[in-house]
Amino acid sequence: MSVPGRMSVSTATKDVAADVAVALPAPVEERPASGLRETLYFAARNKKLVFGLAVTLSMLAIAIVGPYIARHPPLEYGGQLSVPPTTRDGYWLGTTLLGQDVFAQFVTGVRMAFVVGALGGGIAAIIGMVVGFTAGYRGGIVDELLNMVTNVVLVIPTFALLLVIAAYLQVRGIMTEAIFIGLTSWPWAARAVRAQTFSLTSRDFVSLARLSGESSWKIIFKEIAPNMSSYLFMMFILLFGGAILIAATLDFIGLGPSNTISLGMMMQLSVQNAALQLHLWWWFLPPGLAIMLIVGSLYVMNVGLDEVFNPRLRSM
Amino acid sequence: MLRYLLRKLLIYALTFVVAVTIDWSIPHLMPGNPVLTLMGRIQIQDPRVAQHVYASYMRSFNLDLPLWKQYYYFWVSLLHGDLGTSILQFPAPVSSIILHAVPYTLGLLIPATLLSWYVGNKLGALAARRKVLDNTLLPFGYLLTATPYMWLAILMSFVFAVTLQWLPVGFAYDPTAGRGWSLAFGYDLFRHWLLPFLSLFLVACGGWAIGMRNLIIYELESDYAHYLESLGAPRKLVRKYAFRNALLPQITGLALALGAVIAGALVTEIVFSYPGLGYQIYRAITNEDYFVIQGIFLFIIVGVLIANFVVDIVYMIVDPRTRIGMQEGGQA
Amino acid sequence: MGLEVDDLRVFYRTLRGDVQAVDGVTFGVADGEIMGLAGESGCGKSSLGNSLVYLTGRMRYVGGGVKLDGAALPIWDFEAMNEYRYREISVIPQYAMSALNPTRKIGRMTSELLHSRGVAYKSVVNELLRRFELVGLSEDVLAMYPIELSGGMKQRTVMVISTLLDPSLLIADEITSALDVSSQRAVAELLVEFRDRGFVKSTIVITHDISVLYQVADTILVMYAGHLAEKAPADVIINSPCHPYTKLLISSLPEIGVRYSEKQLVGIPGTPPALLDPPQGCRFKDRCPLASAKCNRRPPFVDFDSGHQVACWEVAA
Repeated sequence: MSVPGRMSVSTATKDVAADVAVALPAPVEERPASGLRETLYFAARNKKLVFGLAVTLSMLAIAIVGPYIARHPPLEYGGQLSVPPTTRDGYWLGTTLLGQDVFAQFVTGVRMAFVVGALGGGIAAIIGMVVGFTAGYRGGIVDELLNMVTNVVLVIPTFALLLVIAAYLQVRGIMTEAIFIGLTSWPWAARAVRAQTFSLTSRDFVSLARLSGESSWKIIFKEIAPNMSSYLFMMFILLFGGAILIAATLDFIGLGPSNTISLGMMMQLSVQNAALQLHLWWWFLPPGLAIMLIVGSLYVMNVGLDEVFNPRLRSM
Repeated sequence: MLRYLLRKLLIYALTFVVAVTIDWSIPHLMPGNPVLTLMGRIQIQDPRVAQHVYASYMRSFNLDLPLWKQYYYFWVSLLHGDLGTSILQFPAPVSSIILHAVPYTLGLLIPATLLSWYVGNKLGALAARRKVLDNTLLPFGYLLTATPYMWLAILMSFVFAVTLQWLPVGFAYDPTAGRGWSLAFGYDLFRHWLLPFLSLFLVACGGWAIGMRNLIIYELESDYAHYLESLGAPRKLVRKYAFRNALLPQITGLALALGAVIAGALVTEIVFSYPGLGYQIYRAITNEDYFVIQGIFLFIIVGVLIANFVVDIVYMIVDPRTRIGMQEGGQA
Repeated sequence: MGLEVDDLRVFYRTLRGDVQAVDGVTFGVADGEIMGLAGESGCGKSSLGNSLVYLTGRMRYVGGGVKLDGAALPIWDFEAMNEYRYREISVIPQYAMSALNPTRKIGRMTSELLHSRGVAYKSVVNELLRRFELVGLSEDVLAMYPIELSGGMKQRTVMVISTLLDPSLLIADEITSALDVSSQRAVAELLVEFRDRGFVKSTIVITHDISVLYQVADTILVMYAGHLAEKAPADVIINSPCHPYTKLLISSLPEIGVRYSEKQLVGIPGTPPALLDPPQGCRFKDRCPLASAKCNRRPPFVDFDSGHQVACWEVAA
């Protein structure tokens, strides 16, 4: 699958690929008869999935527990200036140029990353699914219209748009940022969902449901979505990772939340305060590393999931 | 064929109108008087400068006119190339700030995008060929594509510029040396350009490599590949066809990825104080220089739309299926 | 000369075990013979046909020998088989409609293919055009992309390309399945035409549609669940089959002109066995009206009459 804005990450579907030109997981096949146990068997054996999940969960643990074990509030100017990582006073990652606790900032930032990823990715996923299902299921004029909307939002460099919007808003919270990201990352998800819905709608079990008089949304929820559940889950993971990256970029430019600290903001502040020239590596290395680990493990996990859900891809 | 292009043009025109409208409407949607809000945020010491700024805001917002007329005049000034005046760099017009910054940004963007696309695709194809390469390249590729642009820029700057001191830390050229068109100046420019270019290039490469590798694996499983193999065609021929066919979605991907690469270029410029659009945007945001932000936004939009259109044309030339009039839009 | 297959076994490796798709198959196809290979879906006929050319990912050669024109074919060795592919053995695949690279013009693809096999395009292009004309394709086809051709045209293009180097053995895999009835007839007759003109020596026509075989095949080989059931000249199979499976198969075919009220269609009750862990002995015994205790031993595929072989305890010996 592709990440909103980033390039292809997983296996491709031909038809969608030609039009959307981003790689998506292999096309949905009917659910395997063997079900949960077989899936879990393959899941446990897939190195990518296991490894990716392990790293992600570790970072999540840091996000949850970290802020509680940090000794100082992240924005407090309490400590000595520019101290390298030390065991004294709990400044395990040292302090910034202004005497703030890098460790506290770091764990808060990781927590913010997960929040933004979940919220931003979640919103984008929901909008993408609504638009995609409707367009794919209804077809016709509804599809044309939604397609046009999707194309327009897709082409707008959302980053630039967020620049203007966020620049004008004086007070910004993490929620606002997540909502922005969600509202602008949905197009490629909508396209992917639409393509899959098209192919599933033409299948017999949907025609059967239609004939028996089921309402559209019921059909979508009961027949189509469950067959796509693995696909949708993987899509959400990619949106999650993408949201984290977009948020980091926004934060770095100075459009981050004004009431807290995030990983992108840590990097921004460090560059602004010449941390590079002053060799304060403990300030700017951890935040980017954290992002790379979280997003990277999500991507790797995703590829593993793809292999588990799509037997075609499993190598013997 | 023509219908395909016209349809795309329509979408781009529509997109442009939507973007401009959003841009125009934001200040008006916020509570309060937009001019007062903006004036309230900036700190101008010199009262004469403040007067000028206030006047230029009033001129541009036309608050005494009805709403639709304000919108209309916004378009008029836009089409005349008047994007307002910068506050930070008063009295420089926004358009001239942009024009001075653009060459540097394009100088990073275009080579980085094209080269990373080319190299990334080749690497991805290579990885799809050999299992050994695949096992080493693939995780590396995923890590690269998960790396935030600014962080790699920071890393590269820290390692190569600050610590090893092989390359300069920032700016486009050495301000103390003379600026003329000489070989020395060219070399100086190159040295300053190298690190920002490399960091952009590397991250983008990762994404293309992974995408290509997956697409090629998919192509190698296709019917035409099997047919050729059953007729004894050498692997080289099958791979050649697979590569050509896998490139097609990558071409369209180029347009889609553009937004991300632009964002990447902007933050890279910030890290290296490279005087392109990113650098200007950063200063504008830090100093609440609203018109500059707005102007750069509009400029980026136009650039992206043009780039998209170019990619559409290229794709159409390269893919016979579009030329022969495949169904557009409703295509799954 | 021609093709000789001796006790060939080809299985599919899966996580749950081996699927015994082709399990001890022995037969021959003479020069100039068109042999139909018939059976239900999943009986192994496509696997058999394909194993002679190209072992796909999961297929594993387990045992047996294959000889073409006296020379042993190393079907287990992908690289070594390349010598024979296209020149001695060729295939018209089941997926002929999508077998052509969508982004290459037909002419260019063909010339690149030939070039890669060491054949100069110029030396065969005239023959190529002659054959196009024979099958009813204009020479403009060479300058077209596959998307510009209809399904039938693509089918015929693939037929010509596959037989261009006059292979000794041609394997035609379900070439009529995706076509309408009149196209089916045209395509089937083309196979005969190719044989009569000497483009191919022996042909194996794989299909589940016996009526097509009746039109074009000299002999018919009936396969069931990975084993051979019966082989005989076409009219013998259709009119006087011996193996119980063949009998039931033929009698389940609807006859033209017969009404349902006069004669009901009779199917064969039951389903074919799973090939993952097939039953011992004759694989048809669970559905066979003549089954008895001796069917727990696998019946050998032996001569019943001249040119007629059957694998059934009740019929032979």
